Amino acid sequence: MSIDLKTIKHISKLSRISVDEQRAKKLAGDLNSIFDFIEKLNELKTDNVEPLTSVAETTLKLRSDEVKSENIREQIIKNSPQDNKDYFVVPKVIE
Amino acid sequence: MDKVSKKNLEYLINRKDNQYEVVIGLEVHAQILSESKLFSTSATKFGAEPNTQVSLVDAAFPGMLPVINEFCVKQAIKTGIGLNAKINKRSVFDRKNYFYADLPQGYQISQFKDPIVGEGKVILDMPNGQKEIGIERLHLEQDAGKSIHDLDPQNTFVDLNRSGVALMEIVSKPDLRSPDEVSEYIKKLRSIMRYLGTCDGNMQEGSLRADVNVSVRSKGSKEFGTRCEIKNVNSIKFMQMAIEYEANRQVDLIEEGKSIDQETRLFDTKKNETRSMRSKEDAHDYRYFPDPDLLPLEVSEDFINDLKNDIPELPDDKKKRFIDEFKLSPYEATILVSDIDTAKYFEEVVAKMGKNKDMKLAVNWITGELFAVLNNKNLEISQSPVSAKNLAILVNLIKNGTISGKIAKTVFELMLDGDKDPQKIVEEKGLKQQSDPKAIEALIDKIITDNREKAIEYKQGKEKLFGFFVGQAMKASGGKANPQLINEILKKKLQ
Amino acid sequence: MSDITKQSLTELVENIKNKKLSSTDVTKGFIERSEKSGELNAYITDDFSSALDKAKKFDQKPNFNLKLPGIPMAVKDLFCTKNVKTTAGSKILNNFVPTYESTVTKNIWNEGAILLGKLNCDEFAMGSSNETSFFGNVQNPIDKDLVPGGSSGGSASAVAGKLTPITIGTDTGGSIRQPASFTGTVGLKPTYGSCSRYGIVAFASSLDQAGPMAQNVKDCALLQEVISSYDPKDSTSIDFKRNEYSKELSINIKGKKIGIPKEYRVDGMPKEIENLWQKGIQYVKDCGAETIDISLPHTSYALPTYYIVAPAEASSNLARYDGVKYGFRAKGENLIEMYEKTRSEGFGAEVQRRIMIGTYVLSSGYYDAYYLKAQKVRKLIKNDFDEAYKKVDAILTPSTPSSAFKIGEKTNDPVSMYLNDIFTVPVNLAGLPAISIPAGHDSKGYPLGLQIIGKAFDEQNILNIAFAMEEKISFKNQINDWWIK
Repeated sequence: MSIDLKTIKHISKLSRISVDEQRAKKLAGDLNSIFDFIEKLNELKTDNVEPLTSVAETTLKLRSDEVKSENIREQIIKNSPQDNKDYFVVPKVIE
Repeated sequence: MDKVSKKNLEYLINRKDNQYEVVIGLEVHAQILSESKLFSTSATKFGAEPNTQVSLVDAAFPGMLPVINEFCVKQAIKTGIGLNAKINKRSVFDRKNYFYADLPQGYQISQFKDPIVGEGKVILDMPNGQKEIGIERLHLEQDAGKSIHDLDPQNTFVDLNRSGVALMEIVSKPDLRSPDEVSEYIKKLRSIMRYLGTCDGNMQEGSLRADVNVSVRSKGSKEFGTRCEIKNVNSIKFMQMAIEYEANRQVDLIEEGKSIDQETRLFDTKKNETRSMRSKEDAHDYRYFPDPDLLPLEVSEDFINDLKNDIPELPDDKKKRFIDEFKLSPYEATILVSDIDTAKYFEEVVAKMGKNKDMKLAVNWITGELFAVLNNKNLEISQSPVSAKNLAILVNLIKNGTISGKIAKTVFELMLDGDKDPQKIVEEKGLKQQSDPKAIEALIDKIITDNREKAIEYKQGKEKLFGFFVGQAMKASGGKANPQLINEILKKKLQ
Repeated sequence: MSDITKQSLTELVENIKNKKLSSTDVTKGFIERSEKSGELNAYITDDFSSALDKAKKFDQKPNFNLKLPGIPMAVKDLFCTKNVKTTAGSKILNNFVPTYESTVTKNIWNEGAILLGKLNCDEFAMGSSNETSFFGNVQNPIDKDLVPGGSSGGSASAVAGKLTPITIGTDTGGSIRQPASFTGTVGLKPTYGSCSRYGIVAFASSLDQAGPMAQNVKDCALLQEVISSYDPKDSTSIDFKRNEYSKELSINIKGKKIGIPKEYRVDGMPKEIENLWQKGIQYVKDCGAETIDISLPHTSYALPTYYIVAPAEASSNLARYDGVKYGFRAKGENLIEMYEKTRSEGFGAEVQRRIMIGTYVLSSGYYDAYYLKAQKVRKLIKNDFDEAYKKVDAILTPSTPSSAFKIGEKTNDPVSMYLNDIFTVPVNLAGLPAISIPAGHDSKGYPLGLQIIGKAFDEQNILNIAFAMEEKISFKNQINDWWIK
């Protein structure tokens, strides 16, 4: 299998990381060598194996419906890159 | 109903010789009534100042983790029970990955492969009879925040108050065939959820909205056409308008020999048209995978049974009972059960009327006088100026002959101001019906004496004059005389 | 006392409790040495002045009932610390100051310890040499221009170089055990669910686990009993009975059955590693334990599995770094341009590479072939261990397939870098506890480690085996303070 530049462009779009041509080529090379190594998994037959998503040997615990967080707007917004006391601010969204 | 009229009620789009049927499926997003959010402990109140109900989890700060709200799980299961659906004992939360300004995590926690509720059904009461609409599934998911585009020319502002609020996505099968069915379906879902207390169904506040899937096909065809999804429509009226526009657009394309693209569209409420959102769709590949911060949600048989025991009487059952027990017509029953508050009000009136009750009269007063007042004043029945108790008293006063129906209307008017006790109004204003035959006889004797000539004319055959005498008697009694007694006595005296 | 920094945690605790040392003495000692150790580049952020204030405050009103009374401690910069910058080694969090504390660090401060500063690490813990940090690579105190391992490279370097008496790291595929092995220190990766992940910058949620890094096994046991707690804020935290590991520590491992997995004898493994392993086998036997040859047949599939699971989870976990709420933001004409530039400039090459791998294996059409496949193989790997633990109480392996390598030696070959984690990764996939202890040196004098893998929740057992072996090995780290002028 081979990951071409078009695929790199597609996944860079999905992951919202811009890559120029040069970087895309380097990434294609890296990813191909990594996937060559990953292909080893195809040696295994796994049709009847249950996939394992978590090793935590417990069940999901449920919390009670109580409001515990207060208004911490100042704390929440404090670290945001563009100043505004009420909102997070981002460049205009083009629909 | 007979077959002809049923046919007439079919919703078809006609072009020259061709008739098209519309196929509609709905993905309804219903906000769960809960104090705190699905995976965080911040509040869910509507209308709070921007970003004041946002925790570190909701804003996706580094190292923050989701912990699920038990009540929201129960609400979803209850709703599933209300939709006669299969409850899945094991369900899985997945991440739906995409970037957007109001999606702080860069993914929405939802349920993809294994939803908490499976197949179910809803019964609609349509003018041509009942229709069953299949439910495909119901799953739990987080709401996103809100992007505000019109506060600033260069920037978009983001409010995360809604971020993380619990939603149920209820997916119907493509069983709906007309805008009216869609309207009835939404109303029915809303009604069931309000009975259950799982969603307030408030569309203005966005607690109920839907993505509408529309396709068309030649009448009689079994194949589905290519569908378009109209995103995020937040009123029944807009859903109906959007479907009409979209179905006609698709039919036009087919008639022109063009193909329909499967795409996501937006309903422009100002221009009353749907528009393609394809530019955005291009990059969509949600890369669902099980959220590794959560484990599969497992609920026991007991957990589900406890919730089943907690389910109140739902609209369909209530309607049946109203028909059986109170002898209401299906039409009356449907009106009274459609909204839980109306049903509650009616049942309270029934209870307060006591043993010797007149069910018909009560129904007429609620659906007639009371509804008219509520409508006029733009009030919900829960805000009714007349309490169920006082309305019951009023109905009883009519029933036992204390006041006439006509006087009752006057009393009702007076009750509106401060929910006054009708009994007291009747006493204070002296509106009690005159039912003493001797007093009425005296009154009538006087009228006949005063109008001797007319009495003779009547006896000679001018029967029209009977009404005149009734009117005079009523007038003389100040409207309080029992009309039945007046009739009886007059007839006797004028013989 | 001039040799404060030479003391182990256990000794320092004792000396503070006996009032032979004050917290101020100890804190000052480590600050002074840390200040002289700039060349190691172990710190990203120091908090020395407030550490001294806290030490003085402790001395004014000491509480000797605490487990870490007035002990200064630097921690990996992956733990969110309230009001102290937390970067995860990344430009994208370059200016991020949390308003909250991770559960693990909170547990530490609650027992009386004092934050010295935040230690360097691979960016978002993605790396095996600490060379991916935005804040530059870390030097191994063992030798100049030698990597300390990764991702907890700053932590390993700081403990080995005695800039902190003890520390905590995080381990997703070996990030505690491999650097411990490279620096001649002890590192424990606890059972998944033992330590809360709340407030730790996430790399791969189903694998990440915090753990102690120490000079010796006893110190390690003490810190483990402090950091391990059930936390309702982490849905994967497990409510089990936790031992007082340091109190129950024992060298008596007589009759324990220790498995030796043949699959860990990999192609091209240096003779020195094989010899070390044999020595280790002899040590446990000398302690009265029995060794049993076992098979973990899917071992060679662990690394490919890991390089699907970890990047997949990471690609999603790192989506929140988008320039909107906190951290670095690049200028963009519109939202999408802002995202793409922010993430392209804010993440380093290795992080971008892994996000791309993760995005790819989850993308439409590839999910079943990669992600689902990996989850199934993960099950097989876990089954291997379950099978083995029917016969043995613990498993002994080398920690790494080589000793520490030179800075820059493997940066251009991601796969050879990844191969470093070949012995550590299966443990994370199976969620098991494992400890790496220093067990000898190679011909260059660089330390080599052995790994003891336990059953889930059986930290006490592997700590005991490590404790017993430690006594037999009597390892001495050869550090000449080359970086101190």
